[in-house]
Amino acid sequence: MKPGETILRLSGVVKEFPGVRALDGVELEVRAGEVHCLLGQNGAGKSTLIKVLAGVHRPDAGEIEWLGEKAEFGTPQAAMKAGIATIYQELDLVDEMSVAENVLLGHEPRRFGFVQKGAAVRGTRRILKNLGHDELSPDRRVGDLPAAGKQIVSMARALSHEARLIIMDEPSAVLSHDEVENLFRIIRGLTAGGIAVIYISHRLEEIREIGDRVTVLKDGRTSAVNLDAKTTPTRELVRNMTGRTIEYVFPQRESTVGKALLEVKGLARKGEFEDVSLTVHSGEIVGIAGLVGSGRSELLETIFGARKADAGEVLMEGKPLNGIRGAVRSGLGLAPEERKSQALVLGEPIYRNMTLSTFAGMAKAGFTAIQRERRAARLQAERLELRPPDVDREVSTLSGGNQQKVVVGRWLIGHTRLLMLDEPTRGVDVGARSELYQVIAGLAATGVGVLMVSSEVPEVLGLSDRVLVMKEGRMIRQAQANELSEEDILDLVIS
Amino acid sequence: MKRNAALIAVLIVLFGIGAAIRPDLYGDPAWVVNNTWVILQQAAAIGVVTIGMTFVIIGGGIDLSVGALIALAGVWSTTVATQQFGAAGMIFCALAVGLGAGLVNGVLIAYGRLVPFIATLAMLVAARGLAAQISGKQTQISGDRFINSIATTRLLGIPVLVLILAAVAGAAWVLLNRTTFGRRTVAIGGNAEAARLAGINVRRHTMLLYALSGICCGIAAIMLTSLATSSQAAAAELYELDAIAAAIIGGTLLTGGRGTIVGSLIGVVVFSTITNLFAIANLATEVQNMVKGGIIVLAVLVQHGGFHESSLSAWRRLYRRGSRLERSLHQQ
Repeated sequence: MKPGETILRLSGVVKEFPGVRALDGVELEVRAGEVHCLLGQNGAGKSTLIKVLAGVHRPDAGEIEWLGEKAEFGTPQAAMKAGIATIYQELDLVDEMSVAENVLLGHEPRRFGFVQKGAAVRGTRRILKNLGHDELSPDRRVGDLPAAGKQIVSMARALSHEARLIIMDEPSAVLSHDEVENLFRIIRGLTAGGIAVIYISHRLEEIREIGDRVTVLKDGRTSAVNLDAKTTPTRELVRNMTGRTIEYVFPQRESTVGKALLEVKGLARKGEFEDVSLTVHSGEIVGIAGLVGSGRSELLETIFGARKADAGEVLMEGKPLNGIRGAVRSGLGLAPEERKSQALVLGEPIYRNMTLSTFAGMAKAGFTAIQRERRAARLQAERLELRPPDVDREVSTLSGGNQQKVVVGRWLIGHTRLLMLDEPTRGVDVGARSELYQVIAGLAATGVGVLMVSSEVPEVLGLSDRVLVMKEGRMIRQAQANELSEEDILDLVIS
Repeated sequence: MKRNAALIAVLIVLFGIGAAIRPDLYGDPAWVVNNTWVILQQAAAIGVVTIGMTFVIIGGGIDLSVGALIALAGVWSTTVATQQFGAAGMIFCALAVGLGAGLVNGVLIAYGRLVPFIATLAMLVAARGLAAQISGKQTQISGDRFINSIATTRLLGIPVLVLILAAVAGAAWVLLNRTTFGRRTVAIGGNAEAARLAGINVRRHTMLLYALSGICCGIAAIMLTSLATSSQAAAAELYELDAIAAAIIGGTLLTGGRGTIVGSLIGVVVFSTITNLFAIANLATEVQNMVKGGIIVLAVLVQHGGFHESSLSAWRRLYRRGSRLERSLHQQ
């Protein structure tokens, strides 16, 4: 295949999951020897698209044309065999094995069932040399390598399968500046040899530097195809990413901001965020916008006392907080990012999940007050319109939105006066989202202060009184929500 | 409840096998009643240990040191020096040794962040060593009449050892199902991070779970001393495996968060009944262990809804992950 010829063409690709249409007619055309960039906000469908190409998901409709022929990749192996290699954000390497073993994992040179170590090492060395990294020993343990080294191993693995298209999902997120330069050098080497690269990044300057063409996704659809990566103005790219086609209903609310509840002063954690100061008043909703990895979740957990701060202080109504239990006693609550792994005891009934932070307080002399717990949970189930409202059900049987209501209900039972919500609508379908927005707005109306983190800019803007923008661990902008537009925020975080 | 019913069905089958082998004995109601007490009496000490183990496993841990702790508490409470304080002194000593060693386990795991398997494995080895050191590898005779009489006395026709097991089990049921201690145990075993972020002191509670298991070992030590009227460093060997097995076939999830006292008790009685059956039928004990192994596998398979289903869903999970691991498994 000559450079410039189309090797991959997608038309009208659709992928549905229960309650959500993740891809809704995606077009994509990739040529041999080019770096094709995918741009889009969180939830735009980039990850799903990658997984369709990698053979993890089967599209529900649409066509994939690979090397001029209609193709279907039913399994990851099939995609790999056809010559499509994917390098995921979380590199899937085996830390305990050597570089050579990782590169050739699953297709080691064999004779009579025995791996031929010499041939494996020689083959790996040849590939690494092609990548310009012959200093990397095939015998090294992968777990000892830095992130950049692991990425090179992943790329070597892709090449060992004779990949003609390599998909890279935010490869620069874990790299330092110099390492990114090196990554680009490798990518240029690959494309010079006719290999195509699909490159995903939130950093516009990288797309400008390495990219040839850009395709933009929004709400599962292609909003722009084959823009020139070098010359398309930033405003145009951002415009294509914003402006929702699905409109969420944000509740109308009268902002009734009261006295200061939570004050954070100069809070820092090495490598995560630094010098963050903010105040949340009673009845106020403060939204934090920023990309994944900008230190938002870490910030919330540190305020809550789940992580130790390196510097700075957290005050609730003027008093310093001490650990998680101190925070809970002072009226702080956290609905963490990973609902299933951080918030819920899945095998337990709804009411026990709702009283997880209050059952000890309701108990008498160490004996749990089960009926009282049930009543309290039923009250919240009614208030939050939990479906189904049966509080004895196992919480694992609920949908994502209703599970989130259970977590919110937990803090309501505890009379929390400042609730922190980390990605409150992740994994929540469209209908349940509006309900959650109502719940959050309703909380603020009763005088609860809300500090919310979300990757979805419209959500932050639609719900908050005040917006804080975070980038790479720093608070770079603070403003009233009505003073900022979606474009302004995206401009701030990606450029 | 379904799984308890399945285990009771196993007990009935075992009874039927006994009746088929020795119709002469099983035909006599008085013998059957007495034999039942024998079975329960044999289940008593291991039953108490299994209850402690059940708490530890529900809380997401494992305690491999229970057999060794019984031996240690046993020899420590029957030294000449301890015996001069009489029965009360011996009981206090056994409980204190169990509690102390359990606390060491708990501190190492909760605050020293050692993996439970390793911390309690180290305690197993060390406690056996200490027990041998204290006893000078000699069997220590208990000279205390009260202690020795526990195993031979009946109250209202019920052996005292069985009464002790019943009392411990009753207290444990209340503790697990009706108190904040039990709620914390289930929550931590089900999702430790969620419990922590809800404001539960996960470390302190984890430590207490191992202390509880240690106390159970102390109680069991007194029971075994009474049965044998002596103690030795090699006592209660492999009790840890029997206790874990009984809890597992009783429906306790090895990954934590789920388990019942009643299930564990029935699990212990099933094993005790098998031992009894083999003794009555004069069968070799080697076969007995094979049967026990088979029962463990069967019980867990039944709980997972059969072999086919569980293996299928495991494959489905692997497939969904779409990971390299899966690829390497499939690829020839």
